[in-house]
Amino acid sequence: MSGGPPAVTAASVPVIELKGISKRFGKTLDIAARMTQSARRAMGSKVEEPVVKAVDRVDLTINRGEVVGLVGESGCGKSTLGRMVAGIMPPSDGTVLFEGRDIRTFGSDEARRAKLKVQMIFQDPYASLNPRLRVDEIVGEAPRVHKLIGPEGFDAYVDAQFNRAGLDPAYKRRYPHQFSGGQRQRIGIARALAVQPEFLVCDEAVAALDVSIQAQILNLFMDLREQLDLTYLFISHDLGVVEHLSDRVAIMYLGRIVEEAAAEEIFSRPNHPYTQALLAEVPRIDTRKRQFTAIKGEIPSPINPPSGCHFHPRCPHAMPVCRERAPVLETVAPGHRSACHLNTQ
Amino acid sequence: MNDLTLEVQGLSTHFFTRAGVVKAVDDISFSVARGRVLGLVGESGSGKSVTGFSVIGLVDPPGRITSGKILFRGRDLTKLDEREQRDLRGNRIAMIFQDPMMTLNPVLRIDTQMIETVLAHDSVSREVARQRSRDALGMVGIPSPEERLTSYPHQFSGGMRQRVAIAIALLHRPDLIIADEPTTALDVTIQAQILAEVQRLAREVGTALIWITHDLSVIAGLADDIAVMYAGRIVETGSVEAVLDRPLHPYTHGLIGSVPSRNARGSRLRQIPGMTPSLLNLPAGCAFRSRCPRADAACAADPPDSFPVEGRTLRCFHPQLEMMA
Repeated sequence: MSGGPPAVTAASVPVIELKGISKRFGKTLDIAARMTQSARRAMGSKVEEPVVKAVDRVDLTINRGEVVGLVGESGCGKSTLGRMVAGIMPPSDGTVLFEGRDIRTFGSDEARRAKLKVQMIFQDPYASLNPRLRVDEIVGEAPRVHKLIGPEGFDAYVDAQFNRAGLDPAYKRRYPHQFSGGQRQRIGIARALAVQPEFLVCDEAVAALDVSIQAQILNLFMDLREQLDLTYLFISHDLGVVEHLSDRVAIMYLGRIVEEAAAEEIFSRPNHPYTQALLAEVPRIDTRKRQFTAIKGEIPSPINPPSGCHFHPRCPHAMPVCRERAPVLETVAPGHRSACHLNTQ
Repeated sequence: MNDLTLEVQGLSTHFFTRAGVVKAVDDISFSVARGRVLGLVGESGSGKSVTGFSVIGLVDPPGRITSGKILFRGRDLTKLDEREQRDLRGNRIAMIFQDPMMTLNPVLRIDTQMIETVLAHDSVSREVARQRSRDALGMVGIPSPEERLTSYPHQFSGGMRQRVAIAIALLHRPDLIIADEPTTALDVTIQAQILAEVQRLAREVGTALIWITHDLSVIAGLADDIAVMYAGRIVETGSVEAVLDRPLHPYTHGLIGSVPSRNARGSRLRQIPGMTPSLLNLPAGCAFRSRCPRADAACAADPPDSFPVEGRTLRCFHPQLEMMA
């Protein structure tokens, strides 16, 4: 299914396909640090630069019309992965295929069009809107720059975007600070939809909102999916939200995807010990006074992750092999992949 | 009756700002018994944190407790002078904040801060104080507490810092702990660890706990009782089972429906229309009426506290009594 020629019908080709994608962050060394390093090297000692592998050889396929939930705790690399999918951060290694084609082969026109097709919605509705622009400018700027609309159609177009995101166009001459958090998130959604994307990357898009407002925004996402036939990558640490919205779920731990399956499958039959623990910990409104039992230990630092399987120091089933070799994602049931040595025992 | 650690009666805390009076907390009553966990739930701006600050006596001008009683083991805290309050604060009543760095001083080592806290209320030797600090760190599950005592706050992760803050709150084995969203910023697995510790403490030490949060799911698993706040008022109280399974107030009902749960996968959430009103110059009457499906002309008046069932209180003219059937 992958790597087909560009002429294949759109339906069969995944919108986004990530192949062995990695992102490393290193410190850019200043001149003094570089000199000490070369001095050390000259003296024969081994020099290792501190590098964070935020995302480590991840494969992920997102099909048209699908909602893929990406779950993980802070520092696991889920936002970095989302940014690479949205095309606003280049990967250090690996390939991103957009509609079956490597984005590095795109010419500048094509690259721009591909970028417009993938839009991102951010967590913080306060930081992601320019406080000095009126909201009609925020929403209408990109479509005007990209010549999706001419000057005469501007107002009508912006009004339509406002209505679609559940905002009253009467307020379009206001500034972002005059809106509440939930309304700002709607402005962010209107801005993303204004360039007629096919794919939305939502990075913790409801995490900063109150429960009753969160429900409104989640409903809006679901309505938009139906109306516009959108595909989503929904990044969240909130398993309840992800379970509610997603068709398929990928669980990340320290830069790697450890398990991936259809939402129903993963929530009813979690395979990876980390997923199992995570699901056991999630506070749920339908549980009553219960004994909390916790996974032991902290989330390790991604600068110096544990050897082998990153989860082994916290895993109740850890075996000697887990310390030595990193398990790879293997199919454990149709459409269900998990990276755990227990499966190959 | 005597088992009540805290009894709040008709408490109002108002902020007198230049723009007008903000009734952050307006005539609320609730109580917490020894060893019980009360979940105080509300959305941002509902007054739940100000309630916590009022109890521990940390309301700063332009805010002021304008009326009501806060009975702590029978003693009215609103009548105490500053010195008497200091004696209680950190000693018999402790608070845990959302951001542990509000508790911790970034430039002092953990042992300095903890020993200081012990000596503030007890005249013991530094050695004993240090011993107690170490034990408290061990109790909240910090590995190798002896070594960690000499660390600075920045050397801890977020979850560990929150544990240190909890350990400090526990140093004097307080009768009451007010926890203001202490696990909101933490990851799920770390949150579960903290909740496990807190639960054990309430059970073993008999500490009464007020757990302030916006997260109904946490309350569902942790608390015995629940009080739901909206726009400065407590609109409904009762046991967790009663309130979550049979909510009487339309707001509580809407709030529960807003939480994505496993039964409703893929369906639309039952959302509450509109948004929370500004507390500045809030008009009289039920503050929820503009968003409420049951509101009518009667709701323009303030709904009084009613007691529909044993152990529950409610402020609503049109409760969902059919939930009781």
